[in-house]
Order: sequence, then structure tokens, then C-alpha cells
Amino acid sequence: MLLTCTDIRKEFGANVVLDNLSLDVDEHEVVALIGASGSGKSTLLRCVNLLTEIDDGVITLDGEDITDPRVDPDAVRQKIGLVFQSYNLFPHMTVLDNITLAPVRVHKRPVAAAREQAMEWLSRVGLSDKSGSYPDRLSGGQQQRVAIVRALVNSPRLLLLDEVTSALDPELVGEVLTMIRELKGEGMTMVLATHEMGFARQVADRVAFLDKGRVLEQGPPEQVLGDPVEARTRQFLSRIIEAGRL
Amino acid sequence: MSSSHQPSKIQLERIAYRRKRAIRSTLLAALSTAVVGLLLYLGVTGSPGWERVKSSFFDWDIAVQALTGRDNYPSVLEGLWLNIRLMVICTACALALGLLIAILRTLRGPVAFPVRALATTYTYSFRGLPLIIVIYLFAFGIPGLRLQGTPSVTVLGAAAIVVTYGAYLAEVFRAGIESVHPSQVAAARSLGLSYRRTMRHVVLPQAIRRVTPPLLNDTVALQKDVGLISLAGPIDAIRAAQINQAGTANFTPYVVAGVLFVLMALPLIGVTDWVTLRAARRQNAGT
Repeated sequence: MLLTCTDIRKEFGANVVLDNLSLDVDEHEVVALIGASGSGKSTLLRCVNLLTEIDDGVITLDGEDITDPRVDPDAVRQKIGLVFQSYNLFPHMTVLDNITLAPVRVHKRPVAAAREQAMEWLSRVGLSDKSGSYPDRLSGGQQQRVAIVRALVNSPRLLLLDEVTSALDPELVGEVLTMIRELKGEGMTMVLATHEMGFARQVADRVAFLDKGRVLEQGPPEQVLGDPVEARTRQFLSRIIEAGRL
Repeated sequence: MSSSHQPSKIQLERIAYRRKRAIRSTLLAALSTAVVGLLLYLGVTGSPGWERVKSSFFDWDIAVQALTGRDNYPSVLEGLWLNIRLMVICTACALALGLLIAILRTLRGPVAFPVRALATTYTYSFRGLPLIIVIYLFAFGIPGLRLQGTPSVTVLGAAAIVVTYGAYLAEVFRAGIESVHPSQVAAARSLGLSYRRTMRHVVLPQAIRRVTPPLLNDTVALQKDVGLISLAGPIDAIRAAQINQAGTANFTPYVVAGVLFVLMALPLIGVTDWVTLRAARRQNAGT
């Protein structure tokens, strides 16, 4: 297992967001987290990236307990990429500087090499002409692709995607999903929180349905999305179908 | 509108109407300004004491004397050189001190508590303490300790200005730091950047850009308050004016010094306005 989450607990005051949640992810596996808003998807991703401190449980990456307080969180985060719903690009930096910030400052790579690598990635995703632009000149879909590249140049072992298409216009969703599909083809291990059920079905090896801070049901996409065992999952999916999103 | 577009008849009519209205408003404004100016002039020059005020505040000969330092009087212009040097040094030091304090105040965790408490106490006390009192305390109190290597009164006075303005600037910087959205910090940390690097490369550049207008405004205030150093003794422009005034029983040297201070502030005020306008435009652009 590349990532194991065991009995993860997270409370915000009286609100139990993660209720002894357990989830394992194998290397090269793509796991889609689905569930209503507030079911704990984003919090789980933030906990794995150590941006949010868990209240109980153990998370391991490559067999190492990363929730041990003696572990350097910066070193762990260098192995885990996180892409946010609202892109969170640095507005005062060009696209190229956004991407090369971590390689140059954290990994101490020479600037020229980091830039070259960034340009390779940008041309792969069709954005090489935007390298000198500031993020506010880019469309949402372009910004999100830059954000994904920014996470990828760190060569992470694991990529976490937090509803990366939720803030996008429908016509821009496709370009981001295509990119994620390509990453899967290259064997990137990914955990993605998503509302795009159709995409989850296509790209995920396993779908986990989160409800009230627990994994209520998980399995192959066809089973969880097509023939769910739990009544709560069925209810959630029928609402999504009503909303026209499946 | 593209250059090839031919405005319609109704649009041409609108343009003509707007132009006519603009011309009318401009004429009206010019006329009312002239009337108010004339009334002010007549009111001041027609007042019973105007001749006395004119000779004791606007005497040309005494102005030249104060400016050049004729007849063994200190020159206001030479004094101004001290103000200029103090302004540059005090501004740089106060900005550096303010930034440092602001960063210390944002530190988290129990280890940083004493530092944080000290920084907070500092900004609270020196924002409340009148600058004049700080100058007296520094310039006359510290030499009173009779320590070896006590710097000159000028340096101590400058330190008083730096310490006072540092407290104001620290609060401006802190407001800027806190205005940067937490998601920016999360993004930087998720890339593996340490707290320090996140501050240096992500938070501070955005924070400083955002608070540049208020920072510059405080710098303009610092510029003129540098003149208060005259209270501690060194012969700056204001002190020179005071000596001139004491010798000639005429207040014109103060007016001379005042005009020089305004002239000196103009460039920075101009820059401040320009930066503020640019920031406002950028925000209105909706980015």
C-alpha cells in the first residue's frame, strides 16, 4: 500500500468531520471520493497532506507513519501533490515562476533546469505560450492545468485532487479531465474528491462513498455507482441523477 | 469600439450633448474658483492687521537671509540637508523595523509567545506615545545614563522617530500580511515550502503590494515629523528658522522652512497618489 489511513478522526469543535475513517490506496491506483458537501472529502485530503492535524488515527505513506509529530511535514508534503478547487495559483508570479518556485526553492534545482522542465510540461498541456502570463490572464481551466503542473514538477508519489473541476465553466471541465486521464495512463497514484460521477466512473479504479465522516461503501465504479449496496448511497446517487449530473 | 465603427446619429448627438455640458461645467468651475479666490484675497489683505502680518511673516529680505544664512545666521537650506539625510535614513530604518515587528507578531505557537508579546507591547505603547515625548526621552534621557559610547543627540532623535514610526508601519504591514488569503499559504505549504519560505516568496510580496499606498502615506508623515528633531537641539531647517526668528523678531524664516518642507514632500505625495490610483484601477478591473 502506498497510502493507508486508519481510524482517522477529525473534529472541529462539536462537529465530527472524520469519524474513524479508514481508506487504503495502492500504488498506481486512482481512488475517487464521492459524497455530499460536508461528508469529509476535502478534510481527508488536507489531513493526508498534513495541512490539517488529525485528532486520532494513523496515516502512512510508503510505510512511514507521517502523522508522527517527529516527522518533518515539509518533507512529507514534497512527496504529496495537492491541487485545490480554486487553483490557488500565486497571483504575483508568472505561470513559469508559479511552477518553478518549489523546484528551485525547495529542491534546490538550478533555475535553468527547472524552467526547462516546466516548459516541457506546459507544452505537453498546450500552455507553453502562457508561460510569461500572470494567472489572472488565464481562464479557469488553464489556471487549473497550471496548478496541476505546479504539483507535478515536484514528482510526487501521490497526487490529491480536491474537486478540481467544481469552479470551472462546463466547457472548461473537459480540458482538465483529459489531463487527469493522461496522468492515470502514466501510472500516477491519485485520490480525487469529485462531483463528476461520469468522470469518476471512467477514470477511477475504485470509488469510495463518504457519508458523515466515514467510508460507507467502496468498490469498483460500476458497482458503487451502478448497483450500490447501501441505501444512503442510492439516495445520494438518485439526487445527483435528478440534478442531471450523472 | 473598433476604429472602423461609424457612430450612429443618436450616438453623435449624445457625444455633442456631453461635450457641451462638459464645457459649461468647466466654465462654471473656473468662475466660482475665481470668485472664492478674490474674496479670500480681499478678506485677508483688507483686514486691519494685514500690514503687520505681512511684514512679520512675508518679509522678502529676511526670507533671503534665512535661506542663505547671511550675517552669521544659520542657513535654513543647510539645515534642510540634515532633514533630508534624516528622512532617508529614518524611512529606511522604520520600514525595516516595522516589517520585522509585523512578522514577529504573526508567529504562532507557544515558543514564540515572548517575542509576540514583546512586539505587541511595543506597537501598543509607541503608537500611543506622542513623538515629542519619545524624542525628549531618547535625546535627553539616554545621555543621562552616562553610558560609554552614547551616540549624538541627532542619532538619538532619529532613533526616536524610527521607533515611533516603526510601530505604525508594523501595523500596516501586519494588516497586509493578514489580508493574504489562507489558501495561498496552504498552496505554498502543500508544495513543501517551509513557513519561512512561504512568508518570503508568497505572503510578503502580496502583502506589501497591497499596503503600499498606506505605507507611502505614513512615509510622507514621517518626512515632516523629522523636523521635530529640532526639539532635541541639532540645527535642522526648523531649528535654523527658529534661530533666525529669535534674532530678527520676524517669523518669515518659519514660512521659508514650511515652504521647503512642502516642496520636499511633493514628489513622494505624487508617487503615493499614483500608486494608490494604480491599485484602485487594478482592483476595479475585477481581477
